[in-house]
Amino acid sequence: MTQAVSAKSSLNWQKFLQPLVIPALSIFTALIVGSLVIALTDLTVLEALKNFFTAPGAAFSASVKAIATAYGSLFEGSLGNPAQIIAALQSGESKALANAFYPIFDSLVTATPYIFAGLAVAVGFRCGLFNIGAEGQLYMGAIFSVWVGFTFKGLSPWVHIPFALLAGALGGALWAFVPAILKAKTGAHEVINTIMMNYIAFRLSEWLLSDKGPLKRPDSANPISPFIEKSAELPRFFPDPIRFHLGFFIALGVALFVYWFLFKTTLGFELRTVGANPNAAKYAGMSITRNLVIAMCLSGGLAGLAGANEVLGLNHNLALSFSSGYGFDSIALALLGKSHPLGVVLAALLFGTLRSGATRMQNVAKIPTDIISIIQALIIAFIAAPAIIRSLYRLKGAGEGEGTIFTRGWGK
Amino acid sequence: MPPILELHGITKRFPGVLANDHIDLTLQQGEILALLGENGAGKSTLMNVLYGLYQPDEGEIIVKEKKITVHSPNDAIAAGVGMVHQHFMLVPVLTVTENVMLGVESLIGGVFLDRKTAASRIREISQQYGLEVNPDTYIKDLPVGIQQRVEIIKLLYRHADILIFDEPTAVLTPQEADELFKVMRSLVQQGKSIIFITHKLREVLAVADRINVLRLGQVVGAADPQTATENELASLMVGRAVELKVHKLAATPGAEVLRVSDLRVFDDRENLAVDGVSFEVRAGEILGVAGVQGNGQTELVEALTGLRASLSGQLAIEGHEITRASPRQIVELGVAHIPEDRQRDGLVLNYPITDNMVLNTYYRPPFARGVVMQHLAVEKAATERVQQFDVRTPGIQTSAGSLSGGNQQKVIVARELSRPIKLLIAAQPTRGLDVGSIEYIHSRIIAKRKEGCAVLVVSTELDEVLALSDRIAVMYRGRVVATVDSAHATKEYLGLLMAGVSPDSIKPPEKGEEATAVF
Repeated sequence: MTQAVSAKSSLNWQKFLQPLVIPALSIFTALIVGSLVIALTDLTVLEALKNFFTAPGAAFSASVKAIATAYGSLFEGSLGNPAQIIAALQSGESKALANAFYPIFDSLVTATPYIFAGLAVAVGFRCGLFNIGAEGQLYMGAIFSVWVGFTFKGLSPWVHIPFALLAGALGGALWAFVPAILKAKTGAHEVINTIMMNYIAFRLSEWLLSDKGPLKRPDSANPISPFIEKSAELPRFFPDPIRFHLGFFIALGVALFVYWFLFKTTLGFELRTVGANPNAAKYAGMSITRNLVIAMCLSGGLAGLAGANEVLGLNHNLALSFSSGYGFDSIALALLGKSHPLGVVLAALLFGTLRSGATRMQNVAKIPTDIISIIQALIIAFIAAPAIIRSLYRLKGAGEGEGTIFTRGWGK
Repeated sequence: MPPILELHGITKRFPGVLANDHIDLTLQQGEILALLGENGAGKSTLMNVLYGLYQPDEGEIIVKEKKITVHSPNDAIAAGVGMVHQHFMLVPVLTVTENVMLGVESLIGGVFLDRKTAASRIREISQQYGLEVNPDTYIKDLPVGIQQRVEIIKLLYRHADILIFDEPTAVLTPQEADELFKVMRSLVQQGKSIIFITHKLREVLAVADRINVLRLGQVVGAADPQTATENELASLMVGRAVELKVHKLAATPGAEVLRVSDLRVFDDRENLAVDGVSFEVRAGEILGVAGVQGNGQTELVEALTGLRASLSGQLAIEGHEITRASPRQIVELGVAHIPEDRQRDGLVLNYPITDNMVLNTYYRPPFARGVVMQHLAVEKAATERVQQFDVRTPGIQTSAGSLSGGNQQKVIVARELSRPIKLLIAAQPTRGLDVGSIEYIHSRIIAKRKEGCAVLVVSTELDEVLALSDRIAVMYRGRVVATVDSAHATKEYLGLLMAGVSPDSIKPPEKGEEATAVF
């Protein structure tokens, strides 16, 4: 009996750490492989490599220097320069503080739409749906909330902000409802239809902002919408240039809500059951079509919030191609976070950090931001094929007979 | 004479489980060795080691006095070891000849298939061993028993001397099983050697020359089929005395609970699977539905439980029309359903036991208040039911997928029987389970009947239907061809009905066998 108890407590410990091992090692390995790419695309290194056989040391030190500059500036750009932060804290001067903490706050700003969009895709996954349409739903969310933002005047922020956010969620949900109902009623695959809805959303936003478009700002030559009312802006916590705004905490709150919904309510239980085993869900009297529609609309609503967040918190208006692919990145992000709200938040923080550091890396180390896309792609590749990571680090698990053990574990 | 096959100290570990623990085994040429054991005893693991699907952690395999290592089924076949799998490995749209030559094609000019030579070899083999089959028919047109013959021919075509039969009678009618036993005898008479894996005691005693019993990964005993009794073997298998008979008092049928009238149901391919079926089940009685797999039983149960729309006809529970009712409405009328395929329909394998215990009651108090699930109430219920229904598990948070088949089934039975019900529909309630679990689940079903619940048991195991039922309906090609009182039913009689022999052309037996279940 004592044995059983101790086995149980160590099991819990493992249960907590186990899911983190593969993602952590994937990130680590992706950074290593990424450093090779950085070295091999660096002109100094390539030059030194020509003389590799006469002076191998030169090529080596050039590589190390290139990688160090790249990752150093990535770190500074995303989390800040530790020396600068300490100095600023000691001086207490507000300008120095703002400069020192700017990078880390901007990483959080970039992570915010990732949290919303990642949750959107994760909710879809939980119900067995592959929502590729987060990007289009995000556009619709932005369009709906920007319209509410500049059309209604004289509202209190307590009314205007929730109104604009809800409008954004509604826009995304409406856009997701179309593929959802097509899937539920006709079986049309949601992957195809969400992709198609993306195109419609992109072109729709272009038309809305075109010369005669209803959202076009009359007094500008550029395809942009009017600015939203002050009352609809998500409040910022610090003076410029720090853009950190309320959206981040709203995102955390929404993540908490999604967790509660999925794991603590009967609706979430149904949704997950339909995703885990539709046959059993049907057997248990759950409606598969109803749950598919609910999951897809919820997913779309969350993606819509990502768009609303960008408009209300950051840009304060709508411009052409304002999203830098958050909706698409969020698919990878949901995978990385194992479709769990906590995992999604952590993955979003990572992606936000990488994205926002990449800009500085480009400026300082002259390394294109594309390298970050490569690293992100590598992380996902390693997570999708855990066998690579397992064999690389000699991890145990999933060998022959994994399937067998599950059916034989506790026989009599 | 030296044995044709020897296994020495075979050990196979899976994380946390010792599936085979230093197993020694010898097989003489020309004998049938039965490997008897419950599910999870290690029979299949041992045979998969021999067949090259698993690598043993320790031990050696000696075939014809030569030590061999088997890395794949190809190595096994090269050494003369072949396996007839429980689930056939045949391509339905190819002919018998094409299936047999698949992988060892004889060719003309290195390019074209030489079907003629292959077909003539198949005919030779058929004649030699009494395995009648037409090489030119398509597999999809053959009954299951004949498909199994094709599997055997495949092995003989590849010159296998040692044949492993893995639960070969699971898919056969009693008559087909007897045919198979004849074939097995003819094979060993002509010098082949057979390992026969099963958990059915009657079959072992009927056909084996020698019996080895496996329990918990070890060989726990050997027996001589001439002298051993079913009770002895069952006790060896389970490790304790086993009650093989189902004890039940005479039925006291009450009011009609389920009425089925002229029901017609399509299968997935829109063929008429249930073709005008009518019957009724009364409170306090068990109606058994017997029949070979695939004669409409699956579709019948799906229609009764709302999982499949019916084409025409009426269904009623206590007078409530349920012909168009949803699964939930039917459950709420007090119907419990133990589904045929527990892993496909009955459980969410990656959910813990707790969630599976409330799979169809999660939305009702005490498990939910409004839309908020009450996890404490769920856990409390799960703990009680795990205890009450003897589910062997390390804890209630263990995922259903990591339980053994018997314990998975107990989770379903616990869930379905722990709420007030008027009708229990149990489809293949003990398929693939060990003796201990079967005994337990049967006693639970009988207890429900005693409480006055109407019970419909659908099973392809004739022993099970005979042991449990008060009345037996035999299904053949979507129709109920006869309904007999179980007191007047014998295995032979039911077997003929199941095979499609018209009830008018056979004389029903005067008095039935004693209602005894032997597994």
